Amino acid sequence: MTLIDLANPTRFLALTARVLPWLAAATVILLTIGLYQSALAPDDYQQGATVKIMFIHVPNAWLSMFVWGVMSIASLGTLVWRHPLADVAAKAAAPIGAAFTFLALLTGSLWGRPMWGTYWEWDARLTSVLILFLMYLGLMALWRAVDDPSRAARAAAVLTLVGAINLPIIKFSVDWWNTLHQPASVMRMGGSSLDKSFLIPLLVMAVAFTLLFVTLHLAAMRNEILRRRVRSLQMMQASRVAFSSEMGTGSREETASKGAA
Amino acid sequence: MTALSALIRRDIRIALRVGGGALIGVLFFLTVVVLMPFAVGPDLALLSRLGPAILWLGALLASLLTLDRLFMADHEDGSLDLITMSRTPLELACAAKALAHWLAAGLPLIVATPVLGLLLNLDMVATGAVALTLLAGTPALTFTGMIGAALAVTLHRGGLLMAVLVLPLSIPVLIFGVAASQAVIVGPMTFGAPFSILCALSLVSLVVGPFAAAASLKHGLD
Repeated sequence: MTLIDLANPTRFLALTARVLPWLAAATVILLTIGLYQSALAPDDYQQGATVKIMFIHVPNAWLSMFVWGVMSIASLGTLVWRHPLADVAAKAAAPIGAAFTFLALLTGSLWGRPMWGTYWEWDARLTSVLILFLMYLGLMALWRAVDDPSRAARAAAVLTLVGAINLPIIKFSVDWWNTLHQPASVMRMGGSSLDKSFLIPLLVMAVAFTLLFVTLHLAAMRNEILRRRVRSLQMMQASRVAFSSEMGTGSREETASKGAA
Repeated sequence: MTALSALIRRDIRIALRVGGGALIGVLFFLTVVVLMPFAVGPDLALLSRLGPAILWLGALLASLLTLDRLFMADHEDGSLDLITMSRTPLELACAAKALAHWLAAGLPLIVATPVLGLLLNLDMVATGAVALTLLAGTPALTFTGMIGAALAVTLHRGGLLMAVLVLPLSIPVLIFGVAASQAVIVGPMTFGAPFSILCALSLVSLVVGPFAAAASLKHGLD
């Protein structure tokens, strides 16, 4: 089974129909384990119970970048290999990525309120995630602005790849801008010095969220394929109706002219 | 080579003649800067502190909004098809068009900067710093915005959608442009570091922009 075998949408639909229930079940089980473990994780000596927001916040933030990576690979598939499902994958991933980014921002600001005393801080990470969110919204607007999917796909692919080159530059410059304007007044997590009692639930949650993304993405791709089929069936029907009515008026005119003669 | 220089000369000539609209960019720049005192109040000290930021925002908007029709007019009269079919690589042709656009619409902005600096109560050194950073930074804006212009012509959509797509990409240029100007005016940073990064951003967009625009034109036009 290679990637090219999936080029046939019918085969893709059949395969995902078999795989999806298992994926969904694995996601639910891992999410349950992860949430249970994070609920049992000890309170931080400084942050108290609010540290538990981390178990939701960090996987969301990690996925917000991971999804752009998936979209970039799909865009390469559109532009280079012309894989027929690549643009479906790219289109289906954008709203999911935007949702993860939004959740990362939301949980981040909910975490910031008790920790920093404010919902929004022009912190470097928050700012660059906000810009990422804006770029997701721009891509979704691009998909919605054009009614021909293949034309929109190539434009979105170019933009996704340009974004993939630009995102590290934006991240770097926002870091630079931030250190210029407010020297390290913001406290942050202890990086890799995370204790094992936090690390294990966090990793479980990260895997669970990744599985959640894969499940949602495959389901969204199925929906997109079916939506396109419905659309082309509707177009065929519309053209058939238009054609037959044209024939109908034509024959009526013919009989009318015959009657006149 | 002659084809490229002919293309540059043609584009500049079109931009400067009636209907070209290169100088409308300067007028827009002037209007945006004049609007600012009405928004923040006629406080000269505050204006001179905000001056570099205002000038940079004005130049950013002016150079992106004039880019909208970089390929559109050529697409309408068919010359874009000739450019795509010619033996000159499309990437080079795109770069030449962007260069011509920068010469016709970007340089006047920099020439206008000293006058606007007077209005914003900037002294000689500060005005010079802003003009120098604009000189180094506006090519990056033009070459990044060209990607948006290419998308606009392939999608038959312009205006707001393109601005939404391209403006986030120009954030680094804005950050380092303003940082370099502020470094001269208030310190404590040195001018060199942000200015060299600004030049690096221009060079990177000089490479990425034409390739992305050409890819979008090649795949999108039909």
